[in-house]
Order: sequence, then structure tokens, then C-alpha cells
Amino acid sequence: MNNSSIDISSAIERRRRISFGVTLLVVGLVIYLLFGSNTKPGSLTTFGLNLLGSQAIEVSDLVIPALPAVHLMAAIAVFTGAYQLARGVRSTGWLIGILAFTFVFAFLMWAAQDKSFNLTGMLQSSLVRATPIALAALCGVISERAAVINIGIEGIMLMSALVAVVTATVSGSLYVGLVSAIIMGGLVAAFHAFLVIRFKVDQIISGVAINIFGAGATSFISSRFMAHATDKLNNSGTFPIIAIPGLSKIPVLGPVLFENNLIVYLTILLVIVMHIMLFYTPWGLRTRAVGEHPKAADTLGVNVYFMRFVNVTLGGMIAGLGGAYFTIGSVGRFDEIMTAGKGFIGLAAMVFGNWNPIGAYTSSLIFGFADSLQVKLQILRVPIPSEFLLMAPYIVTMIILTGVVGRAIPPAADGQPYEK
Amino acid sequence: MSNTTAPEKKEKKRSAIWSELLVPVLAVVSGLILGAIVIVVSGENPFRAYGALFTGSFGSPVRLIDGLQIYSATGETRQLLRAFYPLTESLVTATPYIFAGLSVALGFRCGLFNIGAEGQFFIGALSAAFVGYSIQGLPMIIHLPLAILGGALGGALWGMIPGYLKARFGAHEVVNTIMMNWIAFRLSDWLLDGPMKGPGFRPVTPTIFETAELPRFFPDPLRFNLGFFLALLAAYLVYWFLFKTTLGFEIRSVGANPDAAKYAGMNIVRNFVLVMVLAGGLAGLAGSAQVLGVDYWVGQGFSAGYGFDAIAIALLGKSHPLGVVLAALLFGFLRSGATNMQSMASIPIDIISIIQGMVIVFIAAPEIIRWFYRIRAVKKDETVLTRGWGS
Repeated sequence: MNNSSIDISSAIERRRRISFGVTLLVVGLVIYLLFGSNTKPGSLTTFGLNLLGSQAIEVSDLVIPALPAVHLMAAIAVFTGAYQLARGVRSTGWLIGILAFTFVFAFLMWAAQDKSFNLTGMLQSSLVRATPIALAALCGVISERAAVINIGIEGIMLMSALVAVVTATVSGSLYVGLVSAIIMGGLVAAFHAFLVIRFKVDQIISGVAINIFGAGATSFISSRFMAHATDKLNNSGTFPIIAIPGLSKIPVLGPVLFENNLIVYLTILLVIVMHIMLFYTPWGLRTRAVGEHPKAADTLGVNVYFMRFVNVTLGGMIAGLGGAYFTIGSVGRFDEIMTAGKGFIGLAAMVFGNWNPIGAYTSSLIFGFADSLQVKLQILRVPIPSEFLLMAPYIVTMIILTGVVGRAIPPAADGQPYEK
Repeated sequence: MSNTTAPEKKEKKRSAIWSELLVPVLAVVSGLILGAIVIVVSGENPFRAYGALFTGSFGSPVRLIDGLQIYSATGETRQLLRAFYPLTESLVTATPYIFAGLSVALGFRCGLFNIGAEGQFFIGALSAAFVGYSIQGLPMIIHLPLAILGGALGGALWGMIPGYLKARFGAHEVVNTIMMNWIAFRLSDWLLDGPMKGPGFRPVTPTIFETAELPRFFPDPLRFNLGFFLALLAAYLVYWFLFKTTLGFEIRSVGANPDAAKYAGMNIVRNFVLVMVLAGGLAGLAGSAQVLGVDYWVGQGFSAGYGFDAIAIALLGKSHPLGVVLAALLFGFLRSGATNMQSMASIPIDIISIIQGMVIVFIAAPEIIRWFYRIRAVKKDETVLTRGWGS
């Protein structure tokens, strides 16, 4: 019995080892054939490291000969693939990292040959674009750790985005907008929690209803009231960039990490706080117990319904912050359906991050990177239609959900109503 | 049970049907009442707004009588046809809803939540349009079925991908179908401005040939066409498939209890893929019906919310084909009337989405309705609609 189960798991591991190895070999070949043959010999790729208007100390740009670099990437991929087939590497994280790095780097070399490409700018915009995705993912983490699926994040973010811009414009204070957005998010999520806990409504259906209602209500309000009164209702301005003294002087890292607006900083802070709360406090222990084995938690005196309610509501407040990012954190006005699926991409980031705050944030950064890469490539006039580049985040989400790049395990009681 | 008499049984059945209908009806009524409150808050007269909704969906009775009188007096049909226009337009709107609602309902029956009807609809419409405009010189009897089938295939392909990912990897179909929606939108942006762009500046496909058009029953302003009856036929076929075939039984078993179905030797993986292919095909047919029967070409924003309406329709119709048809008719009338309400009473058409969201909540939480209207609960087995992230 024991033996056979070990056999099965080692067979799975071997299949996985081979598939990773083969993928790496194929990627190496693709890099060599696709990018290598299309890169002109002798062309140089310039990576700009200075961001215009930033406080960082200037450094010289990185100039790399394109073709040798592409070949090097192909060689690294092929070598890692061969090593993986022969010996096997334990850490899948490293393999995925090498896979992604070689491919993206070679791709950039090819795309930006004989041109200049601002690396710092792209990393900075990756972090910014990752912010709403990360907040959606954190909302998912905190709700689902308590076993409540919240698929209505998209709708919550839309409603909060609208509330943020309207209250900020009317009151003249962005902080009022921020607080109202957070309250709005909390209220909608509390309603979701009320439906799924008190009435045991199917969690997915309740979430979908929130999405439909959110899209309808915001579009209704925007076209009925805001279209004709842009200045009075829909023109709030955005949070200013706050440069952290000292740290923002560091080249590359400074502009990327330490010259951002309030919401980006709050997101990073939230990741750390949530990590500590979830894994090092009694509250976190109770939350996880409620998500893994509610019956056991209940017998030990934890109020399952209360814990779930509080967590979902807190999650909604985080999603509300994410909604605020769309309006008062980035463009200063509301457009219909401006979230464009970010709430769902956040859920994928949550799954890929294995229901951990830090993991969720890291995978959000990958999505942010894909998103900003797509914008940059349009500027570089890469001969790929921009529509295909825009599809990239959605396709990455689907690939991640297949679990081929590391299977994620949800909380055991995720999505199940609790009956005493 | 055995000693109940026949009339008693009949009585019991009748009351069961009644209580089955009660919650959906009250849910719609409550949704409309809440919608009226929203209209009042936004500073309009709800009676005027709903009046415009009614005449927009059924037509104004006065004009109908006038038209009839003119027709009986002079034989002139123009007035009469114009009076019938709103009613037929509602049926035209309901046609894709029936197909798309069936698509979502079929998924629910197998425990799958197909939010991707929107994308499947769009891809189906594009495929149908492609067959419609690219092939010339075929007789209608071949070209029209080919175009309809093209739409079904496009939708089926779009549904198959999340179905396969669910069956093979356990990837949740809710997120994947939504991702497929966004991919469909981007793909169509590219297609409409590139390979499938018709003559002219606007990013739309060329107009389909006449041989691919679904025949219309009345002269020009009226767009009522064969598609409506094809939708009813599809509803009957889905009913037959679900309740009269072995495969349908398997699908319902997998939906009701996958573990038990697996234990009974049913192939869950195959059923998931099959259902998503069929559901995608039905949504694709919705696209076919819309492009071949109504618009004759496809432009950006073609699939304005059909997929999400379809979810509300499937829930309202309790995933039963007959219920879906009735719910689709209701939404056809609502949507069609809302266009009139938007122009007459300047209430944005998005009010329908607000009402829809509330109806879904009420249907999913019948306790709210029962509590509010003081109806006693009927003890019965609740059907499982969706599951968590796991298989």
C-alpha cells in the first residue's frame, strides 16, 4: 500500500521532470530560431536605467550586443533543460524563473534591437499596474482563508472606484474618497457574507450577482448623472507621488520602489501586515482553522460564522482600496467597466500565490509585468498586433489555473457553507 | 404514498408547480419594485418610465386598434405592421436569449457555471458572419445551414477549451470562461480591424450574402425571422436530450453528485467536456441567430451583455428548457422595452442590469423572498448549482 503510493508519486515526479526539461529545450530552440535568426548581427540594444524626472542618481545606460545575448539566453535554456532531463532539479520555482527570464530577455533583445528601451520605467509601471491585481488577490486570500469564495471582487472594485471619485470630487479631498471607497467595499462584501452565511446562498452565484449589479449600477450612475457633470462629479485628481527621502536616490530601485503614490505603498504594507496577521496571531490561526476544518474550530469555541463574516468584510475593504486605485489612484475619473477583468486576474494571482499574501503579491507582479510589457512593446512598434499582446495576461491566467506550473491547494473547506 | 388517490396526486402536483413558479415571479416583481425605487431616486416618474417600458415591449394598444381599423377599412397594412413592430422586436431580442440561456442552463445541469456565453456568442457570430460573407454562389438551402453551423462550431470551440481545462486539470471554469471572454473581445478587435474588416472605414465585417440570411416573415421594418422558431426547437431538443436520453441522465447525475456518478461508472471528464462543447455551441447559435437573422454583419461591442443576461435567465428558468424560454421572453421584453424607456424617459438601459442583479440574488436566496412575503418554505431538495475551486 505504502510502496505503491510512493511509486505513483515518483512516476508523477518523473513525468513532471521530463515535461519541464523538454519545455526548456523547446524554449531554447524557439529563442534561437525565432529571435536569433531575426536579430541583425552587430545590432545593439540599449536598456535605459534612468527615469525622467526621478530623484535617483543618474547612472549610464546598459548597452548590450543583441545577437550574442539572444544566443546566450538560448544556450542557458538548452543547458538547463538538458541538466533537468539528466539529473532533475528539485525546485520548480527556479525552473519557471529561468524559463520566463530567458524567454522574456531574449524577446526584449530582439524587440528593442537598435533601439532604446527604458527598463526602469517598465519595472516601475509593472509595480503600479500590479497594485489593483494585488489588492484583488489579497481580498481573495483573506476571504478564502476563511472558506468564503468572493468572485464579486470585480463588481466591488467598480462600485468603490465610482464612489471614490464622486466623494473625492464633491468633498475636494482625496482622503475622503479613499475612506468612502473602503467603506463601500466593506459594505458590499458584508452583504455577500450575509447572503452566503445567513441564507447559504451559492457563493459563486452571489458573487456573479454582485458583478452584474456592480457593472449595471455604475454604468447607470455614470451615464445618468456623471456624463453631463464631469467637473462637478467626475474630476477628482489623483494622489501625488511621494518620494521617500534618501531611499529614492538609489539608482533603478529608487524610482521603482520609493517614488510611488499612497495606494501603492499601502498595498505593500498590507501584504506584510496580512502575512503577520495570518501566520503569527491568534486571529490568523482561527481564520485558517475556520477555512480548513470549521467543525474542529467550532468545537474549540471559535465562532465560525463571525470569523467568516469579519474576514469577508475586511477583504471587501481591501478590494475597495483596489477600486479607489482605478480612479483616484491613477486617472482621476471614472469610465464604465474600467476594471477590465482585473478582479478575476487577481483571483488567478491568489491561486498562483497559493493563498499566501506574499505569494499573491509576487504573482500579481508577474501580471503587472506582462501588462506593462504589452504597453512598452506597442511603443517599440513590435510587428505583433497589440490585441495579441493585450491577450497575454488572460492567457497567462488560464495557464496558471491549469496548475502545470505547480499545483495549488486551496483551504480544505473553501466554498462550502458551514452547518452546525 | 401508495394510498393517495389520483385527484389528490393531481392536486399535489398542481400546488407543487404553483410553489415552483411563485418564487421566480415574486423575484421578478421585487426586482421591478426595487428598479422603480432607483428610478424615483434618480428623479424620474416610475409610472412614466415603466409605461414607456411597456409600450416599448408590447406596443401601444391604441395604435394597434387604429392599425386594425385602417386594415379592415382599406386593406392597408402599413399602420398595422408598425403597431406590431414593438412586439415582434421583443421576440427578436428574446431569440439569442433563448439560445444563450439554454447554454448556461445546460452547464448548471452538469454542475458547471458557464460565464463564457458572452465570448462564445461573439466568436459564434464572427464565425457565422465569416461563412455568410466569404462563400458566394451557394444556394440558400446549403449556405444558410452552413452559416448557422459555423456559428455553433465557433462557440463550441470557445466552450471546449475551458471544459477541457476543467476536466483535465481541474482549473475552475468560472475564471477560465471569463478569461476566454476577454480573449474573444481582443481577438475580435483584431479580426474586425484586420483580416475580417469589410470595405469602408468602420471596423465591421462585410455584409453577409442574401443566401445566408434567416428568412423574415414580414416586410421590412419588422425583423421577426425564422431564428425564433429555431430557438424554440433548440429548447425542445435540449429538453429531450437532458430528460429522455442516457447521456442526459449521466449529465444530470454528474451535476447532482459527481462522486456517486463516478462510483456508478460514469465518465466525469468526458461529460464536462461534452457539456461545455454543447453549451458553447448553443451560445454560438445565439450569435448565428443574431447575425444571420437581424444584423447581417458584426461590429465591435456586438455581444453587449448577452452572456450575463443568460445567467439570470438560466437561474430564473431554474435550468429547465421551458423555464429558460419563459425567462428569455421576459428579458427580451424588458431589454426591448428598456430601449424605448431610455429614449422616452431618459432612464439609462443599464437599469435592466440592476434589476437583473437583484433578481439573481432573490432567486439564489429564496429565503429572502419567503421572509419578505411571509411564504412558508416548501421542503424539497435544492439543486446544487456550482462548486468551489475543487473538482
